Amino acid sequence: MTKGWPQGLKGIAVATAVLIAGTAGAQVADSAAVTAPVAQAATAHAAVQSDALAGYTRSKPTDGLGQPVPGGIALQEQFTPIGQEAKFMVEKVLNPIIAFISLFVLGLLLWVIVRYRSAAVETPSTTTHNFTIEVIWTLVPAIILLGIAFPSFRLLANQYSPPKADITVKVTGYQWYWGYEYPDYGGISFDSTPLSKEDAAKAGEPYLLDVDNRLVVPAGKTVKVLVTAADVLHSFALPSFWVKMDAVPGRINETWFKVDRPGVYYGQCSELCGTKHGFMPIAIEVLSEEDFKRWVRMKQAADGIEPTGPGIAVEKVALTPAQVAGAVREAITPSTAPQIVTEAPAAAPAAPAA
Amino acid sequence: MATHADSLHLQAHGDHDHAHDHDHKPGFFARWFLSTNHKDIGTLYLIFAIFAGIIGGALSGFMRWELANPGMQVLPWFTKGNIDAAYHLWNVFITGHGLIMVFFMVMPAMIGGFGNWFVPIMIGAPDMAFPRMNNVSYWLTTSAFVLLLISMFVPGPAGFDGAGTGWTVYPPLSTSGHPGPAVDLAIFSLHLAGAGSILGAINFITTIFNMRAPGMTLHKMPLFVWSVLVTAFLLLLSLPVLAGAITMLLTDRNFGTTFFAPDGGGDPILYQHLFWFFGHPEVYIMILPAFGIVSQVLSTFSRKPVFGYLAMAYAMVAIGFVGFVVWAHHMFTVGLSVNTKMYFTAATMIIAVPTGIKIFSWIATMWGGKLSFETPMLWAIGFIFMFTVGGVTGVVLSNGGVDTYMHDTYYVVAHFHYVLSLGAVFGLFAGFYYWFGKMSGRNYNEFLGKLHFWIFFIGVNVLFFPMHFLGQDGMPRRIPDYPEAFHYWNHIASLGYAIMLVGMVVFFVNIIWSLLAGKKAAANPWGEGATTLEWTLSSPPPFHQFETLPDLRNMKGAH
Repeated sequence: MTKGWPQGLKGIAVATAVLIAGTAGAQVADSAAVTAPVAQAATAHAAVQSDALAGYTRSKPTDGLGQPVPGGIALQEQFTPIGQEAKFMVEKVLNPIIAFISLFVLGLLLWVIVRYRSAAVETPSTTTHNFTIEVIWTLVPAIILLGIAFPSFRLLANQYSPPKADITVKVTGYQWYWGYEYPDYGGISFDSTPLSKEDAAKAGEPYLLDVDNRLVVPAGKTVKVLVTAADVLHSFALPSFWVKMDAVPGRINETWFKVDRPGVYYGQCSELCGTKHGFMPIAIEVLSEEDFKRWVRMKQAADGIEPTGPGIAVEKVALTPAQVAGAVREAITPSTAPQIVTEAPAAAPAAPAA
Repeated sequence: MATHADSLHLQAHGDHDHAHDHDHKPGFFARWFLSTNHKDIGTLYLIFAIFAGIIGGALSGFMRWELANPGMQVLPWFTKGNIDAAYHLWNVFITGHGLIMVFFMVMPAMIGGFGNWFVPIMIGAPDMAFPRMNNVSYWLTTSAFVLLLISMFVPGPAGFDGAGTGWTVYPPLSTSGHPGPAVDLAIFSLHLAGAGSILGAINFITTIFNMRAPGMTLHKMPLFVWSVLVTAFLLLLSLPVLAGAITMLLTDRNFGTTFFAPDGGGDPILYQHLFWFFGHPEVYIMILPAFGIVSQVLSTFSRKPVFGYLAMAYAMVAIGFVGFVVWAHHMFTVGLSVNTKMYFTAATMIIAVPTGIKIFSWIATMWGGKLSFETPMLWAIGFIFMFTVGGVTGVVLSNGGVDTYMHDTYYVVAHFHYVLSLGAVFGLFAGFYYWFGKMSGRNYNEFLGKLHFWIFFIGVNVLFFPMHFLGQDGMPRRIPDYPEAFHYWNHIASLGYAIMLVGMVVFFVNIIWSLLAGKKAAANPWGEGATTLEWTLSSPPPFHQFETLPDLRNMKGAH
């Protein structure tokens, strides 16, 4: 049951290591990007990809899915295996049991109220003990609880046993918006702030749920989410994924989800974080793998990041010593030196080609 | 019940007490401001709790009004139209509502009010063990309340007044997030309220252990006394932890320590562990005395001793004990390890067993009895059902895996209002009507009492039941505005508040009418079912009772 990603302090240490590795990758990308020729090459490369980029359009939410249902009384529809297991547990195990117990107690109360009203009783009984019945009402609830405990523990164990992560995203809570970062994809990062009422209405997207920049992830992939906060506590919550993880300054918490259905899914900050706590929603856009790659390339191009990351950067060409020397010379030459630009094509093969 | 009426009619002290009816009561100021009389202090606590309850209830009224429709309609009135200030004011209101209802309404009423009034009488003692300390407890509590009210009007976060931290006062929002003095005042308020409660707890424990009348053994004590005894131990053991936590908060805020600041090597989660080590026993502190009251009331109106007296008493002890080892179920989403979550899931579920024993024993108490349905009985029966509903949703929430979804949603709000606003508060009303005649010497109006019950019962259910739906639909707590999808049930809940409010108006009309024009209350208006010692005294009891201790050595226990 304890298998899976290490937890607790150990988990934090591992998560930190992962994060540092991600950041280091991002730094490499950054230093490459500031080198003028490579950046230019990347831009040129992005231009070549313009057909693919045109393929990304912002997804539209589906009414009643991935968001609260107007006047709804039930748990939101679930889109992750964990969510489906947990929803089943609540709706098919817990709710029937608690409804039965409540109605049983209500029934007993109504029975004694009617049967033992003073008009119907001559002399009250003086019974104060019945060993058998007391044992029964101690043991039966205990057995019921034991019955609940098994699926409950299994759910917990499953929550903590994710498949190997395909992609990692880092989520940072700020007062009062979310910051998202993709260490696997050259450190794409952006902030996510809620749409104004007018913008939401114009776009036909739900106010207080939708945002300008959604967290975009690929469908069918295990997404590892590293959650932290920069100022006060926040909580990264996405009800239809059965995900809620507190964002704590100084800690990196880890959670995960895997969603097959492309679409838009909404959540809201779920830990009181000050004045605009109610106004930092979470919107996750799940795209097909191809669309996700297009989105990544678009983002990388826009941020001037060299195309990188699984499925984005294609095979690296082995460099000859001469090319390496050229690249090094390039890197240490001040970018203000105009003559380097003319030499750039010679070094271009150093940059990964699509 | 633990005691039997027949054995308690003690000829001697009845006459004796009469002599003291007109005895040396101090003057007004000395009597009400320097009071050392447990009954007067109990009355002061009850008046204080009603006053605080009006303020705490009004805050929630504005909250429900604001939530009745999406958008910001109500709170901007208080902030001259400044929307951000209105958002912050929302947080101040939820903080104020929580702290006031917990520390200045339920606790003072249960323990300070009914505990002070009836624990000494029920064990046959003339007063509390430390009457002056009792007075100190009361005035610490009122001072704490004043500090909390002041905190709403001094700067909190940059640009706004008041502490908007929630009643949990989690750092860093309560440290770096609130640079102004509002949170310092709130912390001092909790310190004073905590000190008052610790002194009170010491007083109750000492009184119950040392001042029982001859023959009043622990196993013959009325269950209300048992409930206060267990509660006092919970207070004594948990409040110092809160005091430590908020003192660290204070030094983090003002003296450069970093207990909870990660940039100095601290950890915000440490505060949560400390807070909930106090906070979870605290919820039992609020509900256990209600358990006691309900046991007394059910036994009285069933004309039958409590079923399973020992099991009832020790179920409370068990609940109190287990209540200390389940705190992290309030923290299932902070990033606990899977083993920690499994432990806290299992430990939390275990509480359902002694709670179940109590529920079924109450029903068994009524079983075979001769039930009459005066107002206190209605509240007590209502308590059983409402507490059951709140209890079973607690079983849902106890599952760490399920709590991932439910945590910090309205499902949790629904759950704890069912056990508190419909549990503890029903217990309070049961006790209030049960003992009103005894305390005031005047009978309440039975019709108005029943009307109050039915309106309040319907109101709070319409108010709180839809919150389960909102929570299952994913609505987070503590937000002043919400997506359109949550409109319907929020609107219904706010209508429920209005219904409940009508019930409260009936309550206040009843109190005022009864105090002014109510019939004189008999020593024992409830008949043969009322077997505890307070019913052997006049209504109201003499200023000092039991100057000659009642001899209960021939009293039969209930077991």
